[in-house]
Amino acid sequence: MRYLPLIVKNCLRNSRRSVLTIISLAISLCLLGVMMALYYALFLGAPAKSQARRLVTRNKVSIVFQMPIYYRNQIRNVKGVEEVAIWQWYGGVYKDSRDQRNFFPRIGVEADKLFKVYGEYSIPEDQKKAFIQDPASCVVGKALANRFGFKVGDKILIKGDIFPFDLDLTIRGIYSSSETSDETLWFNFKYLENALRNSSRLAAGTFTMLANDPAEVPRIAREIDALFANAPTPTHTESEFAFGVSFLSFLGNIKVILMSICGAVTFTILLISANTMAMSVRERVREVGVLKTLGFQQSTILGMILGESAVIALIGGAFGLAIAQLLCIGIRQGPAIVDQTKTLTLQPPVVALLLGIAMVIGMASAVVPAWNAARTNIIDALRFTD
Amino acid sequence: MAIPITYNIRNLAVRKTTTVMTALGIALTVAVLLAAFSLVEGLKTAFEGSGHPLNVLVTRKGSDSELSSNFQRSVFNDMKFKQGIAKDKKGDPLASLEMVTVITLASEEFPEGTNVNVRGVTPTGIEIRDDSKIVEGRWFTPGRREVTVGSSVAKRYPAAHLGGKLKFGRGEWDVVGVFDTPQMARKSEILTDLNQAAGDFERTEVLSSALIRATDEVARQALVNDLSYDSKLNVQAKTEKEYYAMQTSSGDLVKYLGTFVAFIMAVGSCFAAMNTMYAAVARRSKEIGTLRILGFSRVAIMTSFLAESLMLATLGGILGILLVVPLNWVSTGIGSNVTFSEVTFQLRVSPQIMLRGLVFALFMGAIGGLLPAFSAARKQILVALRQI
Repeated sequence: MRYLPLIVKNCLRNSRRSVLTIISLAISLCLLGVMMALYYALFLGAPAKSQARRLVTRNKVSIVFQMPIYYRNQIRNVKGVEEVAIWQWYGGVYKDSRDQRNFFPRIGVEADKLFKVYGEYSIPEDQKKAFIQDPASCVVGKALANRFGFKVGDKILIKGDIFPFDLDLTIRGIYSSSETSDETLWFNFKYLENALRNSSRLAAGTFTMLANDPAEVPRIAREIDALFANAPTPTHTESEFAFGVSFLSFLGNIKVILMSICGAVTFTILLISANTMAMSVRERVREVGVLKTLGFQQSTILGMILGESAVIALIGGAFGLAIAQLLCIGIRQGPAIVDQTKTLTLQPPVVALLLGIAMVIGMASAVVPAWNAARTNIIDALRFTD
Repeated sequence: MAIPITYNIRNLAVRKTTTVMTALGIALTVAVLLAAFSLVEGLKTAFEGSGHPLNVLVTRKGSDSELSSNFQRSVFNDMKFKQGIAKDKKGDPLASLEMVTVITLASEEFPEGTNVNVRGVTPTGIEIRDDSKIVEGRWFTPGRREVTVGSSVAKRYPAAHLGGKLKFGRGEWDVVGVFDTPQMARKSEILTDLNQAAGDFERTEVLSSALIRATDEVARQALVNDLSYDSKLNVQAKTEKEYYAMQTSSGDLVKYLGTFVAFIMAVGSCFAAMNTMYAAVARRSKEIGTLRILGFSRVAIMTSFLAESLMLATLGGILGILLVVPLNWVSTGIGSNVTFSEVTFQLRVSPQIMLRGLVFALFMGAIGGLLPAFSAARKQILVALRQI
């Protein structure tokens, strides 16, 4: 510790280089931070509080296939299930499907159940009532309303593609959610019931359940699937969190992509840092000779150089973390590809891991040059010209 | 007069550790960008190479995808005698009524399973896919619960090997054959008998689409227009080529992610390159002074250092390209945004992509080298010479 001032002085001897190194480390580490935060949120983290109690049941063969409506009652009777809502993906075309901006989920849902299952949605009470009472109505998320300038009372027409009829809806409310995506249009399931009366196509796309306790979720999932295991239409039930992540696999192998990016970035940081340390040690060999003449131990010199590198790496890491957190906040504002990005943040384990990586990289990159410098004998070191 | 380029090459060679490390940093940045590009390029090649130029795909009006299209059998019967449709040997129109649906199959990459296209076709449907050839086993027999799978499907999903059994619809289906085709998107499909499949999925009247072969290109265009504007049929027609081209955008997310990451890494690499070049300038202070005394101008010195930085970047760029070249042999799957099922394709590093990587590297070199080169040029002769 008593050498700390000397270490700091050494960091400042070529301040331009230190600053450049810190910036490049900070930028790379911020990237690593965001990628790790994403990875953590998607594959390791716990779901948001509201989401932790929800499960989704779909047709076992594929989500494309439907399930009979009457399954709802059987699911409702499973112990621990507090509420069940039928979901039906409508698809359809809003304005012009060629423009990707016009895409957003349109889902038919039992209006009276929606706000029980999605407890985190906030919506004025009168709008909620109006939505439940009007069979040709919908509610839209705040982000979606902002995108298209929707207001309560507006009419919206969606042309059917999967279903042989169009949706002619009135927006009865605008909900907002801080934890999950608010870009969905939910319309009253009664609309489908009326349009598909007596048709075999009136079915449930998925069921979304609210459990009374997050700990019960795995048991409930097992029991629901056991109920229908031998029925003509078997089911697959999982937590809503897992359900959302399974959609991601559709965009490519996200796990591998994130991991390889993290690997490439980490290796780049190591290169940058090792390069700087090698440069800074090389121009100091003579100084090391002087220190040795003054009686400094080999181990002390080694420690000082390692310390210097660690200090630089940690400062870079700290800056990187700050930028990464800013980026996370930016991603939260952006469109939600999955619910998880709505609450993206650097979790404590990610912060610890990042600082750990910075520290280790700092040390590792300095080991070889420091060892070489410490080992040089005094005469050679003093004679050294760069 | 310009400073000879060999001077820079020797300089890079003398400081080989620093050179290699900086170049590697640039190389990794380039590699990330190119990996994303190669994925998109592979996807593009897969889709653009798919579809017969004379084929027209007909879906229900408003449905951009076969999966969401509800196509009535009666509509098909009304349209299959339209003018301009090619005939087979027996004189029947080459028009195939098809049903598309998806099932979930587990692959090594996604053990929890991904969607795979199942397509019910009639014998005409196989005839119209004249470039699909059996490589193992045989075609399914109409009326039996049999499927013939595309070669990508057979390779990617363990359950779909020859002799295996797939479970979907109302029971099990035997895999009796594997077909191959130069068309990437079609290799990712499972073909089976239309009537069997339609029966299993309770869709005997409501199917998905029709694929028809036009006699020539003029007839194809006429058919597309004729079908799309026939208000009685209420369908939309596209050339098969167009339908596949639309799906290239499935890789957009990966492309944006890759570009974003590469851009941020590039900023970091620029600073690292700057660091290296500043060190080079500092170490060669005396040399710079000597060069100036010898009569080299400030501009010559600046150019020389900039050139050195660019050479460093080129080295990095080439290394980066070498790093991604093996990707050419990697195949992966991605969900198509149109068919809602997985398409297997091969990553592709084309010469254009390599060139883009090199330009990207040079860009980093230029930005990283500019300031140090400037500071080298600005050095006062006497001060430079006096520096140790």
